[in-house]
Amino acid sequence: MNPPETLTRPQAQKETRVTVNDLSIEVATVNGTGSQSANNIFAKSLFRMGIPISAKNLFPSNIQGLPTWFTIRVNKNGYTARKKELDWLVGMNLATWEKDVANLRSGAVVMWNSNELPEAPVKARGDLIAYPIPMAELLKPVQADAKLKKMLINMVYVGACAQLLGIEEATVLQAIKDNFKSKQKAVDVNVQCFHAGMNYAKEKLEKRDPWRVERMDANGSKVLIEGNTIAALGALMGGATVVGWYPITPSSSLAEALIAFAKKYRVNADGTVRFVDVQCEDELASIGMVLGAGWAGARAMTTTAGPGISLMSEFIGFGYYAEIPAVIFDVQRVGPSTGLPTRTAQGDVRMAAWCSHGDTQHLVLHPGGPEECFDFARISFDLAEQFQTPVFVMLDLDLGMNFWMAEPPAYPTDAFKRGKVLTPEKLDQIKGAGKKWGRYLDADGDGVPWRALPGNPHPDAAYFTRGSGHDEYARYTEDPEAYRLNMDRLKKKTETARQSLPRPVLETVPGARIGIIAYGSTNNAMREARDQLIEHGIKTDYLRLRATPLPMAELEAFLKSHDRVYVVEQNRDGQMETLIRAEVRTPGLTEKLRGVRYYTGYPIDARSISDGIRNQERGA
Amino acid sequence: MSTTTTEKTNRQGFKWSDYQGLPSTLCKGCGHDNITRNIIQAYFELGVVPSNVVKTSGIGCSSKTPAYFVHRGYGVNAVHGRMPSITLGAKLANSKLEVIGVSGDGDSASIGMGQFCHAIRRNLDMVYVVENNGVYGLTKGQFSATAERGAKSKTGEENALSDIDLCALAITLGGTFVARGFSNDPKQMLALVKASVAHKGTSMLDVISPCVTFNNHEASTKSIHYVMEHDIHLNDLGFVASWEQPVTDIKPGEAIDIPLPDGSHIVVRAVGKAFDPHDKFAALQVLEESRRKGEILTGLIYIAEKEPDFNTATKVPTDRPLTTMNEADCRMPREAFEKTFASFR
Repeated sequence: MNPPETLTRPQAQKETRVTVNDLSIEVATVNGTGSQSANNIFAKSLFRMGIPISAKNLFPSNIQGLPTWFTIRVNKNGYTARKKELDWLVGMNLATWEKDVANLRSGAVVMWNSNELPEAPVKARGDLIAYPIPMAELLKPVQADAKLKKMLINMVYVGACAQLLGIEEATVLQAIKDNFKSKQKAVDVNVQCFHAGMNYAKEKLEKRDPWRVERMDANGSKVLIEGNTIAALGALMGGATVVGWYPITPSSSLAEALIAFAKKYRVNADGTVRFVDVQCEDELASIGMVLGAGWAGARAMTTTAGPGISLMSEFIGFGYYAEIPAVIFDVQRVGPSTGLPTRTAQGDVRMAAWCSHGDTQHLVLHPGGPEECFDFARISFDLAEQFQTPVFVMLDLDLGMNFWMAEPPAYPTDAFKRGKVLTPEKLDQIKGAGKKWGRYLDADGDGVPWRALPGNPHPDAAYFTRGSGHDEYARYTEDPEAYRLNMDRLKKKTETARQSLPRPVLETVPGARIGIIAYGSTNNAMREARDQLIEHGIKTDYLRLRATPLPMAELEAFLKSHDRVYVVEQNRDGQMETLIRAEVRTPGLTEKLRGVRYYTGYPIDARSISDGIRNQERGA
Repeated sequence: MSTTTTEKTNRQGFKWSDYQGLPSTLCKGCGHDNITRNIIQAYFELGVVPSNVVKTSGIGCSSKTPAYFVHRGYGVNAVHGRMPSITLGAKLANSKLEVIGVSGDGDSASIGMGQFCHAIRRNLDMVYVVENNGVYGLTKGQFSATAERGAKSKTGEENALSDIDLCALAITLGGTFVARGFSNDPKQMLALVKASVAHKGTSMLDVISPCVTFNNHEASTKSIHYVMEHDIHLNDLGFVASWEQPVTDIKPGEAIDIPLPDGSHIVVRAVGKAFDPHDKFAALQVLEESRRKGEILTGLIYIAEKEPDFNTATKVPTDRPLTTMNEADCRMPREAFEKTFASFR
């Protein structure tokens, strides 16, 4: 390999303008090479400098040897969605090297491991700012075996980037310390490699790019956390005691985080537990176990992704009809089987809403960021028990597995809402009042019946639970009128529940005639997209949905007050738009709906939204 | 008006009628109803508190039967083949519950085979009854996976596939209580059901239970007549409850006394040559030998009474069920909460 000093032109002219705290970095690497800790240190250091960031891992369904891209978006305005245009590439993977370089926009930086990757693609471009670094050579003095060196090489580019971008050395050193905790040896060797990269950049590279980072104070008390982790904390604080799950990307880390927290906070002095988890044989069993526990009166949950929901759907329908509380975390990903199981999508919106055979309409929560992952995880247990039904909490791979900035939630002090559960005393009161309790009797006119829990010794308490064929007293029947009555009551219960779900969030600007509807992780790109649209003279109002069944009053008012309404979502078929069309009945409203649909497996970016709307507005 | 007849009560003060259920809607003479009767009798005699009884099932004729016993207990008729998972959740949620799952050969040996296998592996403290008739009754007579090769259906069709022996399977999967009974042999059945309830772990009770409507004809291998002709007792069982007089006159080699954690005993007397149901190799051997001879071996085939049940292994407390966990039980302290979030800074 050529030593870097001999790199010859052509390359981009030295940039004299300075761009502060606004760039998107991509590290193109190979999975299983240990780049994760280096990348986390990289991201965390920027975050701790008070600059808004996000960190996303675009990874393959593989353990070792396939391409992985780690992206960090740094943005002083707080735009933290994935950015389409890359400013700064760190090339570490020969297999994707040519394509990675070809994808860069003109004037972008390319830094690479010149001991392993050829210079030719960079030269061929001629319009990039080149920072070749002989990373393997720099590692020579480091005392470590080959395997460890493969991991440590990642700290070299962190050091070089820190030097070129102005990331505070002390902040990185602290992040290294925190990452490896008490393992002093690991800290030392990582620091050594970091310094190797830093010193090389300082001594051998001339800074030719415009990007700089500077400490600011935008992050306040925020933390950097994965949605799955914060959702697990929500579930813990929400009182989950029984977890049945089956490993599936991207949901496994939610269950695993919860189990880790429970091991710490749910063990009694005598070794007994206040939490149990079972890694089941499949999703058929995990939902069955959750329903069994919910039926018996425990707060129970499962974690899964779309394929798991497909398998669970029969039991979920049973839960709806038998009226059993359950919480289902669906961390959505791309489609069936192999292909893109480690890529993101809002692909289960329709399936969750109407999951299973027969008439069903489930309660589905769509957290729009990490804070809501916590809140919705927590309240989902209240909703499930209040309405005695399965409740979905919909994350996606982007929200669940990537790093998001989040305001730490307030310590919850509210009481669990455990719904209408009959004690023996309450049963005595009912009897004393000359009434008879019925498991499926609408005693309060809200469609929500009372339930007794197994073990309740009152002579009137016991009942038999079945799917669809039962009367108000849980007696088996195939009577047509009894069936119809029960179906109507279930509908009434859904209407009651609809009013208890998180309300949508409305953001308006004066004079906007265009509306946008979005939900879930798409929210992350929305502020930036709407700002881009303003630059093009398009003012928009934004209604963020947070649950289905839909908030009809707010939704219809929004449709009424806008000329055109764009439903932005990360799927092909406009799944939320389908739900809207199914429920909005007022004439003239659904005609206003347009769709902006993004389905590549990557997290949606702001430009795709604003372009999608602009293109359609041109033709409007 | 209250009745004046005094009904017999058990040790817990519960009446026989507390253990009864709705009238059966199965075919007259169905083996399953005999099993139901023995379940009622066993629970009554054991004095199990009816409101603590949880009865679960999947789908099929067998799965209807939980409605026919212990009406003061709580039942779930779940979906096809998924009885074990519903039961698992309920028992973990509340360790105090006495759970019995009733399944069939279609429910457990076909659609629910996965759940059957993993239930056996977990050793949840439950009674797992398979009412085994070799045929799908509710859908009118298709073969199930426990039908023997060469058996003929009512319409004369011959079964080409080998049968699944749930007892042998359960033993190889690590089952801790594996027994086979015959619905029309109430004496053996009552002892088996009682022992199943007393055993702390998954008691897998494979009960050959002839279908009088679809599988009781000449060339069937699970007709009443055929089973009566081929039923070979592996052992005779005595069940001695904790409050009953223990059997003291057992001579060495004559019987094996198996004490169970609740203080009861199973007294196993081998029929024919000596057999210790603790011996896994011997258990598999007698099953295979009887299969080759075309016999139906019944009795207690295998027991490992000292293996921990699932709730014990997972350290789920019995005195405070998970269903009762409140905010203080569930939420980490404020200081820990704040520290946790600080660690993500």
